[in-house]
Amino acid sequence: MTNAIEVTNLKKSFPQFQLKDVSFQLPAGTIMGFVGENGAGKTTTIKCLLNLLKKEHGEIKIFGLDHSEHETTIKEHIGVVFDELYIPDTLHATHINNILEKIFDRWDEAYYADLLKRFKIPFKKPIKQLSRGMRMKLSIAIALSHHPKLLILDEPTSGLDPIVRDEILDLFMEFMQDEDNSILFSTHITSDLEKIADYITFIHDGEIVFSKNKDELLYDYGIWKGTIEQSMELPEHAKIRMRKNAFGIEILVNRKEVNSAFTLDKPNIEDIMLFFVKGVHP
Amino acid sequence: MDIKLTNASDKPIYEQISEQIKKAIITGILKPGDPLPSIRSLAKELKISVMTTKRAYADLERDGFIVTFAGKGSFVAERNQEFLREELLRQTEEHLLKAVQTAKLAGIKGNELIDLLSMLVEEELE
Repeated sequence: MTNAIEVTNLKKSFPQFQLKDVSFQLPAGTIMGFVGENGAGKTTTIKCLLNLLKKEHGEIKIFGLDHSEHETTIKEHIGVVFDELYIPDTLHATHINNILEKIFDRWDEAYYADLLKRFKIPFKKPIKQLSRGMRMKLSIAIALSHHPKLLILDEPTSGLDPIVRDEILDLFMEFMQDEDNSILFSTHITSDLEKIADYITFIHDGEIVFSKNKDELLYDYGIWKGTIEQSMELPEHAKIRMRKNAFGIEILVNRKEVNSAFTLDKPNIEDIMLFFVKGVHP
Repeated sequence: MDIKLTNASDKPIYEQISEQIKKAIITGILKPGDPLPSIRSLAKELKISVMTTKRAYADLERDGFIVTFAGKGSFVAERNQEFLREELLRQTEEHLLKAVQTAKLAGIKGNELIDLLSMLVEEELE
């Protein structure tokens, strides 16, 4: 399988923050959820991918090509969505079509019109009069209308209601029907990710904590709950992270290393994130 | 064919899918040669990851329930009743083994376990 994105040892420093040796791969044909708390480095990483920020060190390849050397070719095949629509807000959806058809060789006017109709986005209304949900849907319609092979989305579903989120996830799954297409999306709404993501990459304080197959992540880990004394019965090497509260402790364990006689809860991505950020090594 | 996924189950989603397809094949809802939805369209309909549906299909293929032809898709495998019985027997054995192991942990003796099993057989089978 070829990789749509390949990041190796990416470094970038700011006075208050650094990306430290970020590495991950997104195999073509799959969806990766990029998660982490606010300020963990998600947007910085995405901006480096798009060459909007210059990297200091490391290698970034998109479709196997160096992201800066082949920037123009690469961008013809990428659709990008940020958390806001960075387009002058007096423009109409129709104006956007007239501009973008001149920029992208592969701009598909009919498909764009189709998406607008489907999302019930008015063709001739200034962007500033659209709701946040509408603007986000417009943003996604724009990103898809030149038939990209890779979608990069920064917090596309934050601040949207569950119905709009569902429509957007539908559209992503439709995009994924072409088996060469890939999606990288950052979010902190992990329930969306749990549904559709193939891989989860978790960044914390500028460092990648893990980049794993989602099914492995969800089914290989379990949460054990009990008292400190009871926890002695668990094999040491099965314990990954531990959290204490006033009434006992919770331990994230490797399911395979624990006898099935112990009751384990199924973690979700949020639980796993919390264990890695707030938990301690047992 | 219906596929119901639940988060309440301890079983991973890919296992829930492969088991429900197996059941549909064993009970004859799906007939040999019937086409299955593509990996990607199933993922889309169920709104789950493509890797998850891929894994479910890979398991079904490994167990001989379906065959996949590149570019054509997946189909229910042609085979006889004996094979199905074999598979169910294998599953039964697996479950019994688990029961024996659990009993061992609890210190339940062999004859106690056999009594328990005969009781269950009486209730369910006869």
